[in-house]
Amino acid sequence: MKKTYRFLGVIGLLGLLIVGLSACGSRKALSQQDVLTNDKASKTITWGVKADTKLFGLMDVKDNTIKGFDADIATAITKKILGKDGKAKFVQVTSQTRIPLLKNGNIDAIIATMTITPEREKQVDFSNSYFDAGQSLLVKKGSSIKSVKDLNKAGTKVIGVTGANSVANIKKYAPKAQVLELSDYAQAMTALKSGQGVALTTDNGILYGMASQNPGYQVVGGAFTKEPYGIAINKGQGPFKKEVNRALKEIEADGTYNRILKKWFGNVAGFNYKEASR
Amino acid sequence: MLYILTHYWSELIQGLGYTLLSSIIALIFSTIIGTMFAIFEVLPNRAMQIIGRVYIEIFRNIPLLVIAMFFYVIIPMYVAKIDGFTAGTIGLTIYTSSFIAETVRAGILAVDDGQMEGARANGMSYWQAMRFIVLPQAFKIVIPPLGNQFINLVKNSSVLAFVAGFDLMYQGNSIASLSLDTINSYVVVGLFYLVITLPLSYYMRHLEKRLA
Amino acid sequence: MQNFIEAYSWVNLRFLLEGLWVTVEVSIISIIASFVIGSILGVLRYVKIKYLSAVVGFIVDIIRNLPLILIIFFTYFGLPHLGFKPGIIFAAVLAMTIFESAMLAEIIRSGILAVDYGQMEGARANGMSYVQALWHIVFPQAIKKTIPTIVSQFISLIKDTSLATIIVLPELLNHAQIIYGQNSAYILPMFLMIALMYFIICYALSVLSRILDKKLA
Repeated sequence: MKKTYRFLGVIGLLGLLIVGLSACGSRKALSQQDVLTNDKASKTITWGVKADTKLFGLMDVKDNTIKGFDADIATAITKKILGKDGKAKFVQVTSQTRIPLLKNGNIDAIIATMTITPEREKQVDFSNSYFDAGQSLLVKKGSSIKSVKDLNKAGTKVIGVTGANSVANIKKYAPKAQVLELSDYAQAMTALKSGQGVALTTDNGILYGMASQNPGYQVVGGAFTKEPYGIAINKGQGPFKKEVNRALKEIEADGTYNRILKKWFGNVAGFNYKEASR
Repeated sequence: MLYILTHYWSELIQGLGYTLLSSIIALIFSTIIGTMFAIFEVLPNRAMQIIGRVYIEIFRNIPLLVIAMFFYVIIPMYVAKIDGFTAGTIGLTIYTSSFIAETVRAGILAVDDGQMEGARANGMSYWQAMRFIVLPQAFKIVIPPLGNQFINLVKNSSVLAFVAGFDLMYQGNSIASLSLDTINSYVVVGLFYLVITLPLSYYMRHLEKRLA
Repeated sequence: MQNFIEAYSWVNLRFLLEGLWVTVEVSIISIIASFVIGSILGVLRYVKIKYLSAVVGFIVDIIRNLPLILIIFFTYFGLPHLGFKPGIIFAAVLAMTIFESAMLAEIIRSGILAVDYGQMEGARANGMSYVQALWHIVFPQAIKKTIPTIVSQFISLIKDTSLATIIVLPELLNHAQIIYGQNSAYILPMFLMIALMYFIICYALSVLSRILDKKLA
């Protein structure tokens, strides 16, 4: 009898704990303070960037800094908003960690190859698009996979990254294929090399970067979706979003944008950077 | 939270299935392999002892995640094609076997030497004595620690998430990024783990008390 | 062979060592903190203060029975909801400390139980208070008895820091992943190198624990 009571007690406590935890989960995020005011005071904007994605955000092993198109655009926007002495601070994110980190207030904005989608817009706000990508496929040279249609067979394994929009897309375009989700792009490329899947799918810009690092692999199938990249900002940060959009417009107008684009995409085989110029 | 449960029920159940499957496979094989290396270590043969020791020390002192990723990434490149679930389960088996070896060895050593000697004096071979006299007693001693190893196994099987092994944690990551409701997704995943591990751990404590 | 020589260039090794330093840093802080907290929790579970011990016991059981990865997610993603915003290293240290404290609490409680009750009674008979006897007589012996288990738990902690790569803690495994992510010829050399680094640290600790155990025995 005593045991039963104890058991019931345990179950009851467990229930309380769950209710408590989920109450925390649904409570509004703490940082309802104004990001713009805080950043102006500290002269720093904290950006969530990728560290494993060549061309967009890649960790340079030599000096332990993140370099790429996203990082440069973030720096340029920071200078426009905060002035010449403004500092862009980078926090490494993955497709999986970026939204929770933004909502929690660890970072002020995400600039990490992030597609603007209606589902995400329910959770976060986006700036105007700063880059137009499209989803494509990376395969081993000589592979029989030529387009996304070739993937739509039972037993075909396609590699993607947890939290990336491309994973949701591929489930639509090739519903019969099995998607293997890895934690980041470095792991995904390694899995492709190990033959864990026949193709790696994500946005073409990222794939071109991977193909340039790995000569035995090529991008195929063209862009079968439109993936406009946006800078994600927390809901309720209207002034900050306005400033980001203004800064974006300015760097597009004064040629900074095109200079950065050329720096990263000028020599990428298969990528027409002139077409992407603004 | 209810939304996560109802909306992703089939993914969660699938994840639970793979977690259990991987844990059970790993439990069976790591017990066999672990016992084997434990016997190596107590054999009156220097070379075998060294083999046993080296195996145990290597795999006890390297992170499980590194072992699992090694099987996922390196083995398909140079040896044979294995998928994430297999690679993760092999990693889990090898890692756990080194702990089980250590536990079983302690169990064998705890069995009185006289038992072995007596059995040998009665005309049994070394292996017969080991098989019928020493090991059964050793296992009785190590059942509680082995039970704890199984609980660890279930928890550790979450490394399958790193190698696309379709286990609970993998599904949890996937659900968290699909639903964009991170905390509730992981709370649900946590509940699924507790459903397996909590009763096991209370049962183990009960067993420990009874055997003590 | 060429791959190995190139992979172990000074630039790469330095980057790995930076990662190793984070691993060591997180491990040391977590080891100290979890030893203190684990001891307190272990004693609380043993002394049976009405309600408090039961609640502590329940929480410890929940934490012990969850995978560490989940606890890492809860500290990194969950805590900010409670109005507290941890940095990445702090989140990792906190997750490790919470998990290992719970594991240690159980070990230390069983250690106290294993100390002969006569010790306690003897100390009380000699005029010590219950708390004094617990602190000066029983607790030190419990620690002595459980040193090998405690140290192997610490070794697990060091190994488990690698799991925090999922929240991009810049530790050893994460830095190795960054290096081989940029040049896949380095995959095998990197795996062997980090396995060796983890092994050296963990094995050294286990040898140390054996020496300590012999000395105290």
